[in-house]
Amino acid sequence: MKALSLSLQTAPMPGQIRVGALWRYAKLLFGTPLNAALTLLFGTMIVVTVPPMLRWLVIDGVLFDPDPNACRVAAGACWSFIYAKSGQLLFGIYPFDERWRPALVCLLILALLGWSVRPASWTPRLAALWVAALVLIFWLMAGGFGLIEVPTSSWGGLPVTLILTVVAIGVAFPVGILLALARRSTMPAIRIGTVVLIESVRGLPLLSILFVASIMMPLFLPEALLPDKFVRALVALTIFAAAYLAEVIRGGLQAIPNGQYEAAAALGLPFWRTQYLVILPQAIRVAIPALANTIIVMIKNTSLVLVVGLFDLISSGKAALADPDWPSPAAETFLFIGAIFFALSFSFARFADFLERRGLTAH
Amino acid sequence: MLSSAAKRVAPMPASSEPAAIEMVGMNKWYGSFHVLKDINLTVRRGERLVICGPSGSGKSTMIRCINRLEEHQHGQIVVDGVELTNDLKKIDVIRRDIGMVFQHFNLFPHLTILENLMLSPIWVRSMRRWQAEQTAMHYLERVKIPDQAHKYPGQLSGGQQQRVAIARALCMSPKIMLFDEPTSALDPEMVKEVLDTMVALAEDGMTMLCVTHEMGFARQIADRIVFMDQGEIVEMNNPSEFFSNPSHERSKLFLGQILY
Repeated sequence: MKALSLSLQTAPMPGQIRVGALWRYAKLLFGTPLNAALTLLFGTMIVVTVPPMLRWLVIDGVLFDPDPNACRVAAGACWSFIYAKSGQLLFGIYPFDERWRPALVCLLILALLGWSVRPASWTPRLAALWVAALVLIFWLMAGGFGLIEVPTSSWGGLPVTLILTVVAIGVAFPVGILLALARRSTMPAIRIGTVVLIESVRGLPLLSILFVASIMMPLFLPEALLPDKFVRALVALTIFAAAYLAEVIRGGLQAIPNGQYEAAAALGLPFWRTQYLVILPQAIRVAIPALANTIIVMIKNTSLVLVVGLFDLISSGKAALADPDWPSPAAETFLFIGAIFFALSFSFARFADFLERRGLTAH
Repeated sequence: MLSSAAKRVAPMPASSEPAAIEMVGMNKWYGSFHVLKDINLTVRRGERLVICGPSGSGKSTMIRCINRLEEHQHGQIVVDGVELTNDLKKIDVIRRDIGMVFQHFNLFPHLTILENLMLSPIWVRSMRRWQAEQTAMHYLERVKIPDQAHKYPGQLSGGQQQRVAIARALCMSPKIMLFDEPTSALDPEMVKEVLDTMVALAEDGMTMLCVTHEMGFARQIADRIVFMDQGEIVEMNNPSEFFSNPSHERSKLFLGQILY
């Protein structure tokens, strides 16, 4: 339809004056009464909203002036606050002199993530590299062995968000695969156990799981057995993500025709090798769009740990806003934090898109 | 060609050959539905068996019992001296030595042709990569599509895919090959290339059990034809006898319907 109407428009008719691009756009925008009305409506909205927004963001905004008073008198956004407070926004209440440690952790995680998206690096060595990196990361964050010890209650900001995201999803993914396989097991005990686990986790809000992990566990566990609050929140996030990922992966498994299992069986491949080599690569490929969706939700869910007193990016932002020396530029701060979450989520969405297209060429 | 022609004359295989497959009083039910009724069948090494019969007669189910894609409930199946039981290890051992070709090819769509062929030699036979690749290329040449090695199954025609499936089974150097209606899902113009591949395999002396409706093929390569109806083996005979002078009413009816 589209191609047809375009070719009709572009083909010069005999006896008709050749129309310019301007005329064509005018026809597109005002061709029918409805189009004309919509054009006017959206045109007005743009005229009304964009100039004030630009004025607030840039023209009247304080960009570099490090004096807090500049923000008090300015009518626009206070970007100098973000700049001046960037350390606190990114690293929370982590001891000032030790900030190089969380900074290094963030760089390390981002570099490893960047390295991991290359198909060429998908080898068993990569998993080993991540495990080694996580040991290093926890040492850098927590200290000990020559570094000043920093309790998890002082961790904050971007490294907390990144660690929670990477570890929770990294562990939840294989656990989710196992849960998905268990739910399809022919052994009733395994199947029913998995159904109960998945359905109870899915039936509870993440907030309540976090509260159970942080507030209720200390009530019935002796102090010595109680894991650190950060670890408890991490476990809660992981279990929650695993239950959701399991269902998404199960959907992918459902799409694999029986003939694939039969072919693998006829070739003598045992159960786990069949899953690993034949079934899961296909099932996960089918499930990529849904998996990406779940994982992006999980990236943003990490911010809920603020309710149990952990300082992720958002809580660090709120803490920074409490500084009495500065006016509280909340909108700017949350735009900044939003931009970080957006960068993380959007990068992941692009990666999922890349995987999907890569899968298409392979079929 | 000569040896197969000579063999075709004998109504029963030479009894000096040991049994590759032995089914004794084998029965199978789906719930209360009796799919296979008292199957007794001995297949000698090197023998080519064609199994035919109307749809729903249990012929696919029977050959799928041989590598335990289906479980039988009663009677015995002995493959190469090993009896099929619930023992998973024995099942794996038996499956390694039986190649199977399916109606719908069942290639692994996420792997290239070469990777499809190398998968089980590497992971089941613990073959080295280079060795598995050599074997794979050897069989791809035998089925005449070495130039497709790096494509994905979806990029090949049905006939090519089925030849890859045959090559994939051969890479495990099986002692027995099972074919479950290998040409039924193919466009007519692709049937021949697959049948030619199977004829070549038969001429090499492979033990073959083939469920098919291709009667020309059956006449050309089969040592024996097994005719099944309603879960029973109705008639077992050499091809010339079976086609010219079927001994059973139901065989006559079936042949009348498919040979026109």
